[in-house]
Amino acid sequence: MSKVNPPQLDVDRLIDDRRTRVIVCCGSGGVGKTTTAAAIGLRAAERGRHVVVLTVDPARRLAQSMGLSRLDNTPRPVPFPDRVPAGVSVKGTDPGGSGGGSLHAMMLDMKRTFDEIVEAHADPDRAAQILANPFYQSLSSGFSGTQEYMAMEKLGQLRRAEEWDLIVVDTPPSRSALDFLDAPQRLGRFLDGRLIRLLVVPAKVGGRAYVRVLNAGFGMVTGVLTKVLGAQVLKDVQTFVSALDTMFGGFRERADYTYRLLRAPGTAFLVIAAPEPDALREASYFVERLAEEGMPLAGLVLNRVHRLPAARLSAARSLAASETLQASDGEGGGSHALTVAALRLHAERMQQSAIEHRVAEHFTSAHPHVPVAEVPAQPDDVHDLAGLAAVGDSFSTE
Amino acid sequence: MRLHVVTGKGGAGKTTVASALALALASGGKRVLLIEVEGRQGIAQVFDCPPLPYEERKIAVAPATDTQPGGDVNALVADPESALLEYLEMFYNLRHAGKALTKLGVMDFATTIAPGLRDVLLTGKAAEAVRRKKAGKLVYDAVVMDAPPTGRIGRFLNVTSEVSGLARVGPIRNHADTVQKVIHSPETAVHFVTTLEEMPVQEVLDGIAELRELPGGGIQVGGILINMVRPMALPLSQLEKLAAGSVDEHELAIGLKAAGLDDSVRLAGDLAAELTEHAVAAVGQEQQRRRLAEPGQPRYDLPMITDGLDLGGLYRLATALREQGAA
Repeated sequence: MSKVNPPQLDVDRLIDDRRTRVIVCCGSGGVGKTTTAAAIGLRAAERGRHVVVLTVDPARRLAQSMGLSRLDNTPRPVPFPDRVPAGVSVKGTDPGGSGGGSLHAMMLDMKRTFDEIVEAHADPDRAAQILANPFYQSLSSGFSGTQEYMAMEKLGQLRRAEEWDLIVVDTPPSRSALDFLDAPQRLGRFLDGRLIRLLVVPAKVGGRAYVRVLNAGFGMVTGVLTKVLGAQVLKDVQTFVSALDTMFGGFRERADYTYRLLRAPGTAFLVIAAPEPDALREASYFVERLAEEGMPLAGLVLNRVHRLPAARLSAARSLAASETLQASDGEGGGSHALTVAALRLHAERMQQSAIEHRVAEHFTSAHPHVPVAEVPAQPDDVHDLAGLAAVGDSFSTE
Repeated sequence: MRLHVVTGKGGAGKTTVASALALALASGGKRVLLIEVEGRQGIAQVFDCPPLPYEERKIAVAPATDTQPGGDVNALVADPESALLEYLEMFYNLRHAGKALTKLGVMDFATTIAPGLRDVLLTGKAAEAVRRKKAGKLVYDAVVMDAPPTGRIGRFLNVTSEVSGLARVGPIRNHADTVQKVIHSPETAVHFVTTLEEMPVQEVLDGIAELRELPGGGIQVGGILINMVRPMALPLSQLEKLAAGSVDEHELAIGLKAAGLDDSVRLAGDLAAELTEHAVAAVGQEQQRRRLAEPGQPRYDLPMITDGLDLGGLYRLATALREQGAA
């Protein structure tokens, strides 16, 4: 069997490189994105960077994993113990652990972020009018894509603030990793799209020519929308669109700015996955997409890899040995019960590990140049800084 | 129970478990419809078949037993745009116009502009299938919906308040009311898929609390489906001791030597490490299991399929569900 060995992803080198300003952690749901982002943030802070970790997860998981009871829309300092992270003494970037580094964390409040954009772009009266609009309220709190859009927006704000030299972003918990790239533009397109503009046209004299072009269809469109949505909803949308008119350009521009930021030097994408077919399939899509967009991929972080201290003992031999022992123990025996259990467990783990390897190899054969860092499965859930630090230590290449 | 709504945290295996449940429910000659609502063709992947259209299609047969015949699992991928189109055809006879409007992007626009509308259209499709009759007989014995993840399930199912911002009268409203009735009926239950890890378990507990507190007496909670359960290497009481203390490496070394393995002392050390890790994990999982008992709902175990999940594995999960009385 030909074995593909991917290059090793050196996370320490990435975070030690002062030119790295933004690290975006992407991946499908349930692969440990939030934990990875937090662990990288902590490790970078331990190694002397001024870090802010932006999480977008409504389940407040980062808060839990960072031992905080609450996160809000502004970055809060996260005190972390003085410690020499694994690999530091050897690499010698900043011996003595936290020497000079700092860590902040925040959780995105998408509605508030949206409100702030409105307030920044409209005079107080108009802003109040927009904020009170029922359509705006559902747009800012429940729309698919709003979360991603606001995550991008917040990333842009943090970057402009220049208070941190490294921003680690945990992307929204969507099923598809691609949503993070697509949703903001989809929302932007929607907001200054043809149909939404069509709705305000009747209210504006200048729009007449436009109406004439679309006249045949227009009555039908509004007719159907009224039937389906009700007149009130359409009216809300119309009021909202008129009030927002001056801001429309702004939406696109802001989305474009952040999109450009994602392409700029200093941004690195990390694709997070677990050694499972679905997660790695998503990772593959994402890697291909980043290449298409010319966005810089630093590598793949493969979480929850089972590493076995006794890997030299094969599953088959382990199982055979357990059977030998059981036979010698006989019917009423059991003096070797512990050993039998250990050997059986080992055999099962070896099988699982073989599957993980196979799944990971599928990815590697399709993307042989993507560097990979493996994070061993943690026996317990990561829910404190020590746990995050342990995950961080697994990035050490020493 | 006729409408089974399956939710769970991303990564817990929601689609796989929903598929296994559909198979389990189909045994004994039943007809089951499995509905996917998030447009990612997860069901097609689980059943290893080409992408499914917005159209009910037979995708699997449940195995017959000695006493009972097999049954059918049909699948449908429901997307809001097609559901809206179908709805317009049904109520307004807008077939051609509907096609044109789809091309103009109006369907997409309508479902985007009113997020609640998407959910009503999707749950509406399930509600319709549950109630559908042919020649006086129900077409489906059960409908299983692979629903959105736990974080969104309350909003997804809380149809009435979702569309309260929409038309207050008219067919959408009537439609929503009908859907609401079906969702709140004793014939409908929401099942939660989880693994024995802290965060998915927390989401289950939060999700159950949320459904119970919904206006209108809440929505009925069904079972907790514990996925990817690994067998314990030793009885729990023993694992607890191993997790707390240390594994007797000496005893292991003697055993390994007796089994004829080389380098038994070093191997014993390494195997002890593996055993300790397993013990710590097992004890932690047991804690999560106890938390899952709190809501007082029935719990079912689905074994970890270690040799890669294929159709065979899916049938094994279905059998496990049947044997435990989940279907």
